[in-house]
Amino acid sequence: MAIHLTENTKVLVQGFTGQIGTFHATDMIKYGTNIVGGVTPGKGGSKHLDKPVFNTMKEAVAATGADASIIFVPPPFAADSIMEAADAGIRFCVAITDGIPSQDMIRVKRYMRRYKKEERMILTGPNCAGSISPGKCMMGIMPGHIYMPGNVGVVGRSGTLGYEAASQMKEVGIGISSSIGIGGDPINGSSFKDHLMAFEEDPETKAVVIIGEIGGPQEVEAAMWAKENMSKPVIGYIAGLTAPAGTRMGHAGAIISAVGDSAAEKVEILTECGVHVVPNPSSFAPVVQEVLAKAG
Amino acid sequence: MDIHEYQAKEILADYGIPIGAGGLAYSPEQAAYRATEIGGEVWVVKAQIHSGARGKAGGIKVCKSEKEVSDAANELLGKKLITHQTGPQGKVCHRLYIEAGCNIDREIYLAFVLDRANESVTVVASAEGGMEIEQLAVEKPESIIKIAVEPAVGMQPFQAREIAFALGLNKAQINQAVTTFLGCYRAMRDLDANMVEINPLVVTKEGNIIAVDAKMGFDDNALFRHSNIAELRDKSQEDAREMRAADRGLSYVGLDGNIGCIINGAGLAMATMDMIMHAGGEPANFLDIGGGASPERTTKAFNLVLSDDKVECILVNIFAGINRCDWIAEGVVQAVKSIDLKVPLVCRLSGTNVEEGRKILKDSGLPIIMADTLQEAADKAVAAWKDATGKK
Repeated sequence: MAIHLTENTKVLVQGFTGQIGTFHATDMIKYGTNIVGGVTPGKGGSKHLDKPVFNTMKEAVAATGADASIIFVPPPFAADSIMEAADAGIRFCVAITDGIPSQDMIRVKRYMRRYKKEERMILTGPNCAGSISPGKCMMGIMPGHIYMPGNVGVVGRSGTLGYEAASQMKEVGIGISSSIGIGGDPINGSSFKDHLMAFEEDPETKAVVIIGEIGGPQEVEAAMWAKENMSKPVIGYIAGLTAPAGTRMGHAGAIISAVGDSAAEKVEILTECGVHVVPNPSSFAPVVQEVLAKAG
Repeated sequence: MDIHEYQAKEILADYGIPIGAGGLAYSPEQAAYRATEIGGEVWVVKAQIHSGARGKAGGIKVCKSEKEVSDAANELLGKKLITHQTGPQGKVCHRLYIEAGCNIDREIYLAFVLDRANESVTVVASAEGGMEIEQLAVEKPESIIKIAVEPAVGMQPFQAREIAFALGLNKAQINQAVTTFLGCYRAMRDLDANMVEINPLVVTKEGNIIAVDAKMGFDDNALFRHSNIAELRDKSQEDAREMRAADRGLSYVGLDGNIGCIINGAGLAMATMDMIMHAGGEPANFLDIGGGASPERTTKAFNLVLSDDKVECILVNIFAGINRCDWIAEGVVQAVKSIDLKVPLVCRLSGTNVEEGRKILKDSGLPIIMADTLQEAADKAVAAWKDATGKK
């Protein structure tokens, strides 16, 4: 099973022929992702990496039957590309682009509300490393080999911290059903809660790890939802215990600017909600192991 | 990006927000001249630094003569002001804003913020102005009025009226307030601001509304389409090291500890800092070298981290996805050779091309302490730091 992306997912690359798009599309094809083509306005009708190139997303979807897309379009034009994907009927979209203006993302989110909830595109990112269902489909810029197929779902903001968790788990033989990157921006396509809901429905997933950080209300929202609605155990880590208030830590969204934004406050609420908290970033594997053993 | 009060007022005045008469001064003479120009009997001399709470730090002086204005200017120009927002290093005042004093009857708090929970602009107002919002949230939470703006249509006049009436403004003031609220929203939307704060918005004894202070912050990611805003940047108000880092494609934040960090990815950087603390040390900085880091960028990261005198040990932690461990390793070797490194160095490489990377470090013959895992890296860095400094 896995969530959102599987061996049957047909993927289009938006910003296909650019340097970054080309580099990562090559990598994804090598991993086994079913890339069915790409879009670069003005280059429609040509071939790139042996795949067809289209001018618009609508044409591309009509010709290939694609249901997913990954976006490498530069920040000034990326919001437009996301809306184009939503309008073309894409179901799952990964926006890799870092640096999209916040108000553009507000408009994107508002635009997507014109579709009925069950028909609405699931957007992950922007400013993320992508998502992967190990052994099935990789839509992202991660080193695919560090993810082992298995039963643990992962949702995280940070790319490299997600790699750290995945490789710690692989080291002790714990595999991953899907790992979803939601990105480090203040306004993102989907939240921890959105993907917890999907993992709860996925028969293959036995437990879920959420990897959060300082800033924003999403980790707490997810923990509260999980407490009321989730049958599967949730494991959580929040990065940034040492981060000072009011200073942006790399990610546009990683800033302690309101009550409840700090790592300590989030950890406290996660614990109250029954989330198994990973006390430090070297302990992903033992905590997950323990939780899986208890769950049987 | 933050701008100065006088700059925010110029922008907001264009959007119809009422502000008092005022002018900029770079010297005491100019300040006195501005006071004459403005006229009246009371002036306020305001230090222009990128921080709130300037009053408590002595950055705002009420003056009753040109002599007093000139004296206040003399005192403030070049002075370092320390507020809870500037940190202990403070910010130096190079510009003054001289403004006509007004007869304050009431003070109102008004702010427009990007609300992450609602994914919209939210207006926050309170009749208890003059206090900071953090303080208001704790002491008078019932006084806070919040209204979310629907992004598709923008702020509507009825929303502005609701706020104005809730603030207890009288009939004559409602229209001025509505103009002010709608203007702030348009400024925020048009210019990609992520914050507009007017604290206080004053009702004068004469019954008029005036923005007595103004603060605007802008979305760095949107500056590419607002060159007029980008020009307002005042580099003297930004941390020199953080700015140098940004110019080199690095993201850097200086902290108080002794272990310098060079890491890829913001999340992993924060996690590594947490791990150092867990191991009994303290990080000297946050540093994300970003994706696709060349040997040159790695060398620059070393120089930057070492420009902090407190650094007594360096920890490099790379989990390469789009980065390559061999490039990072080459950069590390180049840096160590070129800068005559005097503090211990712990390196942990993982991910893309890790074997090549480790080999480069090993073959260099340099005294680099190698680590395989995050835990080991933090433990070894703290141990090496204690060893080098004789701390227990």
